[in-house]
Amino acid sequence: MRKEKDLIFEMSKPGRVAFSLPQDELEEIDLTDEIPAKYLRDEDPELPEVSELEAVRHFTELSTRNHGVDSGFYPLGSCTMKYNAKVNEDVARLAGFTATHPLQDEKMVQGNLELLYQMDQMLSEITGMDRFNMQPAAGAHGELTGLMIMKAYHKQNGNEDKNEIIVPDSAHGTNPASASMVGFKVVEVESNKEGLVDLAALKEVVSDKTAGLMLTNPNTVGLFEEDILEIAELIHDEGGLLYYDGANLNPIMGQVRPGDMGFDVIHLNLHKTFGTPHGGGGPGSGPVGVKEELVKYLPKPLVEKDGAEYYFDYDLPDSIGKVRSYYGNFGVVVKAYAYILALGAEGIKQVSEDSVLNANYLKEQLKEHYALAYDRICKHEFVLSGKKQKKNGVKTLDIAKRLLDFGVHPPTIYFPLIVDEALMIEPTETETVETLDQFIETMIQIAREAEEEPEKVQQAPHNTVVGRLDEATAARKPKLRWKSEK
Amino acid sequence: MFPYLPHTQEDRAKLMEGVGITKIDELFTDIPEEVKLDRELDLGQPLSELEIKEKMKELSGKNDNLEEYTSFLGAGVYDHYIPSAIDHILLRSEFYTAYTPYQAETSQGYLQAIFEYQTLICELTGLDVANASMYDGASAIAEAALMSTAVKRRRKEIIISKAVSPESREVLRTYCDAVDLELVEVDYKDGVTDSEQLGELVSEKTAGVIVQNPNFFGQLEDLEEMAEIVHQAGALFTVSADPVSLALLEAPGNLGADIVVGEGQALGNPLNFGGPHLGFLATTKKNMRRIPGRVIGETEDEAGNRGYVMTLQTREQHIRRERATSNICSNQALNALAATVYLTLLGKEGLKEVAKQSAKKAHYAAQKINQLEDYEIVFNGPFFKEFAVKAHKSVEEINEELLTDNIIGGYDLESDYADLENGMLLAFTEKRTKAEIDQLVAQLEGVK
Repeated sequence: MRKEKDLIFEMSKPGRVAFSLPQDELEEIDLTDEIPAKYLRDEDPELPEVSELEAVRHFTELSTRNHGVDSGFYPLGSCTMKYNAKVNEDVARLAGFTATHPLQDEKMVQGNLELLYQMDQMLSEITGMDRFNMQPAAGAHGELTGLMIMKAYHKQNGNEDKNEIIVPDSAHGTNPASASMVGFKVVEVESNKEGLVDLAALKEVVSDKTAGLMLTNPNTVGLFEEDILEIAELIHDEGGLLYYDGANLNPIMGQVRPGDMGFDVIHLNLHKTFGTPHGGGGPGSGPVGVKEELVKYLPKPLVEKDGAEYYFDYDLPDSIGKVRSYYGNFGVVVKAYAYILALGAEGIKQVSEDSVLNANYLKEQLKEHYALAYDRICKHEFVLSGKKQKKNGVKTLDIAKRLLDFGVHPPTIYFPLIVDEALMIEPTETETVETLDQFIETMIQIAREAEEEPEKVQQAPHNTVVGRLDEATAARKPKLRWKSEK
Repeated sequence: MFPYLPHTQEDRAKLMEGVGITKIDELFTDIPEEVKLDRELDLGQPLSELEIKEKMKELSGKNDNLEEYTSFLGAGVYDHYIPSAIDHILLRSEFYTAYTPYQAETSQGYLQAIFEYQTLICELTGLDVANASMYDGASAIAEAALMSTAVKRRRKEIIISKAVSPESREVLRTYCDAVDLELVEVDYKDGVTDSEQLGELVSEKTAGVIVQNPNFFGQLEDLEEMAEIVHQAGALFTVSADPVSLALLEAPGNLGADIVVGEGQALGNPLNFGGPHLGFLATTKKNMRRIPGRVIGETEDEAGNRGYVMTLQTREQHIRRERATSNICSNQALNALAATVYLTLLGKEGLKEVAKQSAKKAHYAAQKINQLEDYEIVFNGPFFKEFAVKAHKSVEEINEELLTDNIIGGYDLESDYADLENGMLLAFTEKRTKAEIDQLVAQLEGVK
């Protein structure tokens, strides 16, 4: 199994090419006459010199050293690794979309504008918000945008002293990072024994300084915040705003809407809930939605409709401005749009039901073998703790690495921070009963191994292309690029 | 039945039994009754795959796309040729259906590809460390500004040249407003950043200075001179560069840039109405631990096999939370992979050829247009693949005329620069032929 792979630079041989370009029709022009030598490079960049087949084989081999949803089960908690429908890839590659330039005249790109307009309406319907903007490029970018909107709102209302954002201790790391990036002071609120926001603790930290609360609901331990209406009231009574982190929207679509629960600002992760591929870490898309009173702060432009014609409205004097160039990751929005078309209202609701059913099934079958952090009905995910296994010297990291030997991508580990030795498991709705049963069997086997032959788990993975990698040395002596030995 | 939802009624019954419930509703009793949705969402009927394709063909067909026209529109997003092999690699679903490579041993393919990407960006920019990508060129500029203030603590001012893309300056403005940074713009003179004015503006309050090269007008900036001015004031110098130009032009890292960023779309990514593209960001070894976003590093397993991991993670939001260098999590990995495959396929000679042909075509067009009575080239300095032309009529009118001959004209500079009345920014890539340029010139001449 173990096998190193050459870097593309190490395969390079001067004189080999993998490109074919039209002949230079303008041989008579000598660029050195046009561009003074002081602007020109003395030395060429060390780009690879390989044939086309070598390049294709190289990247194909790299792909085989990688695990995606199409390779096998991927129950990575809070990441919603559902199936990425192939038709979406096809339609997003239509030249009518891909070959449009963002600065073309609006009259020439009416199809794009119509799609953005309709997407705004569909996302508003699903979430109970009034207006969306697709400009943010990812979830964290959506958070940043939402927080900028909240800041602008308080500023305009003369409440600049509202400078605190409350974030539960179970929140995604991006929540506090985004809040502090925008200059808010982050106030952490504890979770209670049931894994929910502790209302008493919340009451203590809410004050006239509260700009807002960021909440994921269902939260990162997979539980629905039952006290959401009281939480909303508490925040609103102090003039604060409620922010919804849409990372976990999948299990409540068609059941309940953030807008109806009292949320004022929301971001979605189209690359989680709406089936667009994660691409190995991006591109995502993090549309931001707001309630009516905050629409004027949204990034610009917004798409409007006049009769049969669509246009971009830049005349938004209170807008926070642009957070990214143009209109966001448009190509990702196209895929999410096609996803919603495929499911319709009925399918969207079935998605949430099946995702919750799958998660609860796994939870019930596994809780005998692993400590369950919160023993109650969960939504799309649940959190196990490896503390039983830790007694035998088997850490959660070991369990994760052992799963690799079975062709399963491990769950999210050591998150949320409030659960010791956490394993956060989200199966999603697109997995079959057979896959779930297979996973249960594998997890039970690993639990048994942890008791009977712990070193087998501790030394995992055994079947991957490399063994467990030394991350400490990588961070201590960073080697972040290849260098020519010349 | 839905193709993405595998459960049969039997399956659901088995699962419910395993959970110990008899009705699905029992899974949702934790949602307060008063806010439960008591109606079906208004999203319409589900469509079949065939219907989706028809619908999307119809929508995309309402656009006029660049494959049907001869385009001279650039201004930051460029229609360079994209080799076929790239999309075939991007469609390897082990890549595109993966998440961020948290589990290194089963993500070696992606980690190595991004390590190669970082190397390529370092080679192009002349710097030591590159991250694994940013959202786009504009947000990369904003992150460079934030990084400058993190390195130069207590300095709260950013200076940016007006010759930087207006789109990027708008994004930077949004970020600066939100984080309470002072943003000062320095004028251009004869099409390049006014370095004298820069010298007057930059001070011990300035954390960073940002310029673009080639700048928004396609003109070449004297980076070395400006780097000196900026460093004398103790600030960081950021250059936003067109990566294709870097095959020909001196690497900004060799001319004193502390941070080099840019829009990487031109490296094998379709126009896509502005996204998804990618931003790149590179810096010196000295500022390595201040870099935003993911970084991949080389390491070994216990048997000494070479491998790759995400590294320097203590800078990042999932570890450091509110004290992270940036909140970025998802980036534009697949677009960075496209850039990696592009740079591999084009290689040392190919990228140079793309840069040369684009530049030659621009220079050929400039010579021809300069001979026309009603047009003049606005700036006289050296340029790369774009240049500004002043016309006798509004750009809107000219572009409308060009369109009747299937030509998409240049960008209307007047919309961002009041002093460039009737100014049009024309862009050239290796895709434009001599005949097409001759046709453009003839059509321009014909606009009366």
